[in-house]
Amino acid sequence: MTATERPPATAPAPAPAGEEKANAFVGLSRVMLLGFLRDKGTLFFTLALPLMFLLLFGVISKGGGTSHVKVAEVGQVKVLDDALAHAEGALDALEITKDLNEADALAKVKKGDLDGLVMEGPDGTLVLRFSQADQVKSSTVQGIVNSLVQGANQAASNAPAKYTLDSSKVEDDSTKPIQYLTPGLLAYAVAMGAVYGASFTLVTWRKKRVLRRLRLAPISAGTIVGARVLVSVLVALAQTGLFLIVAQADYFGLELTGNWWLVLPLVVCATLAFMSIGLVTGSLAKTEESANGMNQLIILPMSFLGGAFIPLDFAPSWLQDISRALPLRYLIVPAKSVLSQGGGLAEALPAMGILLGFTAVLSAVAWRFFNWDDA
Amino acid sequence: MSEAITADGIRKRYGDVQAVDGVSLSVATGEFYGLLGPNGAGKTTTLEILEGIREADEGRVELLGLSPWPRNPKLLPRIGVQFQASAFFNKLTARETIRTFASFYGIGPRAADAMLERVGLTESANVLTDKMSGGQAQRLSIACALVHDPELVFLDEPTTGLDPQARRNLWDLLRDINAEGRTVVLTTHYLDEAEVLCDRVSVMDHGKVLKTGAPAALVREIDDTVRVRIESGLLTVDRARELLTAAGAEHTNLEDDGVTLALSTAEPGPVLAVLAEQNALRGLEVRGATLEDVFLQLTGREYRA
Repeated sequence: MTATERPPATAPAPAPAGEEKANAFVGLSRVMLLGFLRDKGTLFFTLALPLMFLLLFGVISKGGGTSHVKVAEVGQVKVLDDALAHAEGALDALEITKDLNEADALAKVKKGDLDGLVMEGPDGTLVLRFSQADQVKSSTVQGIVNSLVQGANQAASNAPAKYTLDSSKVEDDSTKPIQYLTPGLLAYAVAMGAVYGASFTLVTWRKKRVLRRLRLAPISAGTIVGARVLVSVLVALAQTGLFLIVAQADYFGLELTGNWWLVLPLVVCATLAFMSIGLVTGSLAKTEESANGMNQLIILPMSFLGGAFIPLDFAPSWLQDISRALPLRYLIVPAKSVLSQGGGLAEALPAMGILLGFTAVLSAVAWRFFNWDDA
Repeated sequence: MSEAITADGIRKRYGDVQAVDGVSLSVATGEFYGLLGPNGAGKTTTLEILEGIREADEGRVELLGLSPWPRNPKLLPRIGVQFQASAFFNKLTARETIRTFASFYGIGPRAADAMLERVGLTESANVLTDKMSGGQAQRLSIACALVHDPELVFLDEPTTGLDPQARRNLWDLLRDINAEGRTVVLTTHYLDEAEVLCDRVSVMDHGKVLKTGAPAALVREIDDTVRVRIESGLLTVDRARELLTAAGAEHTNLEDDGVTLALSTAEPGPVLAVLAEQNALRGLEVRGATLEDVFLQLTGREYRA
C-alpha cells in the first residue's frame, strides 16, 4: 500500500462522547489479520508453499503409479505366447512390443525406452536382457519372466501345482496418494501458520515495545491471547478449505467420506497446540531471526517424523514412537481417517484431547518464560 | 493545587547497579515537568516506575491518587504514555494504528481520526507507519498517547531525531496539550527544549535528583557570570589582562584557544568598554548561563545524553 493523494480532509467534527464505541478485541484481531494478509512472506509460507507441495507431491505420486513394464519380444517366444494365450489378465503388467530385431531392442533397453527384451536362446533357454536403471522395474520384469518359466516348467511336467500363491494388496483399492498427502501437508501448513503466527507476534511486539504499550492500555491478557487465537484459527481454517478444494479437484480426486467435517475441530485443536509451541519460542527468542531458527528446528523434524511428507506406515517402530510424542501426528492420523477413510468421533476425539493436553503443558512452559520487555 | 504525581524515596537496583537511589519528587496537576539527566542517570527507570511498568524495590508512588503498581486498570485510561521507539503494529497505516489504539479505550474511529487531524497527519493517514518520516512517526506516537484524552501524559524524548523546524512544530503541539490542563512529564535530550517548555525540571544523576526548580531559577542560581568571546588575534591574552586590570574590569578564566579569546565576568559593562576602546569587538559574543551550564555544574559533565 502506498500513500495516496488525498485532498485535505475538512476537519472532522469532534465526536460526541458515547456516539461511537470501539472494541479492543475487534481492534486487535483486525491488526493481526491485516498484519498477516499484508505480509507477503507469511502468506507465501503459510498458504502458497504448502499448496505448491500438495500440487508437486500430488503430481509426482500420480506419475509413479503406473507400474507397466515394457518388454520387447524378439522373434517368437513360445513360453510367452502360450502364457499370453492362456492366462490373460495375469500378465496385465506387461506391455509387449513385437517386430523389433535384437539389436534395435537392445538399444532401446539401454536407452530406457524399454524395460527388457525376451527371446529364445539355444536348448530351451529363455534369454532376458534388462536394464538396472530402474530397480523397481528391473525386478518386476525379472519376477514376471521367472514366473513364466516356472509355470511353463510345471506345465511341461504335467504335475498339478502343489502350492499356489494367493496374493492381494493390503491397502484398500481406492487408496490414492492424495489421501495421505492432503492431511500430511495440511498439518504442515497449519503448523507453519500457527507456530509462526504466535512466535512472531510475541517477538516483534516485544521488540517494538508494542507489548509494553498494550500493558499500559486497559485491556486484559485474555483479550490479546483471544484475538491471536481467533486469527490463527481463521488462518488454519482457510488453509483447510483451500487444501480440500484443491485435493478434490478431478485431477487429484480426493473423495471425502461422511464425517470429513471432523477435520475442522481437529484443525482447531491442533492450531492451539502449534500456537503454544510458538508461544514458547516467542518467549525464549529475543529476535525474529532466532525465533525463525527455533521454529524451523521444531517444525521440519516434526513434519518428517510426524509423517507430513512421507507416510509413516512402513517406518520402523522407534520412529513411530517418536512421532507419538509430537502433536503433528495427532492431526495427521485422525484427519486422514475422517477425511477419506470413513473415520468418525472415535478417531477424532482422543486426538483432540491429546492436542489440548499439549496446549496446556506448552502454554504453561511459555508462561514461565514470558517477558513483557526484552530489557 | 493538587499533586498529579508524588514519589517518595523510590529505589531500584539491577544486580550491582543502583539505578534509582532514593528519588522523591512531586508534580502538580497541570504542570509541565521535565526530567533531565545523562544516559545511565536513572531517569528511564524512574519514568518506568512512575508509569507502572516496573516495580520499585522501595518507596511509594502515587499517580492521580492511585498506585501504579501492580497494574491498575482504573488508572490506565487516565494516563497516556508516548514511547521513544516507534511502538507501532506491523503493516498498518497511520489511521489504522490510531484507530486500533483508540479501540483499546473503547473510543470510536471518528474521535481517533480527529486526533490524527490534531497532530497534522490527516494527509498521511494512509501511509504505512514504517514508511513515515521521523517527525510524522513522533507525532503519531504522541497522538496514540493522547487519543483517550488522558489527564497525565508521559513523553519520552519526543523530539529526538527531528530537524529544527519539526522540533518547533512539535513544541507548539506540546504546549497546547499542556494548556488544555493536562499534566505533562517530559524527558528530553535537549536542554533548550526543557528550558522553553517546562515549568519545572529535575536534574538527575547517579540515580538521585540533584536539583529541582524552574529552569530560569536554576540558571540564575548557579552564578551571575556571563561569558564574553571575541575573535582570536585581536588582543593577546597578556595585553587584554593588562588593559582590563588597568580599567578595573573584573574578570576570570581569561583564555585564548587560537580561535576565540574568552573570559568570564560578573559585570560585562566595563569589559565591553575596554574591548570597544581597542576596537576589538570582531566576532563578539556575550552569553548568559543556560541550563547546560547548570547541568555541567551539577553533574560535572556535558549534557550529551
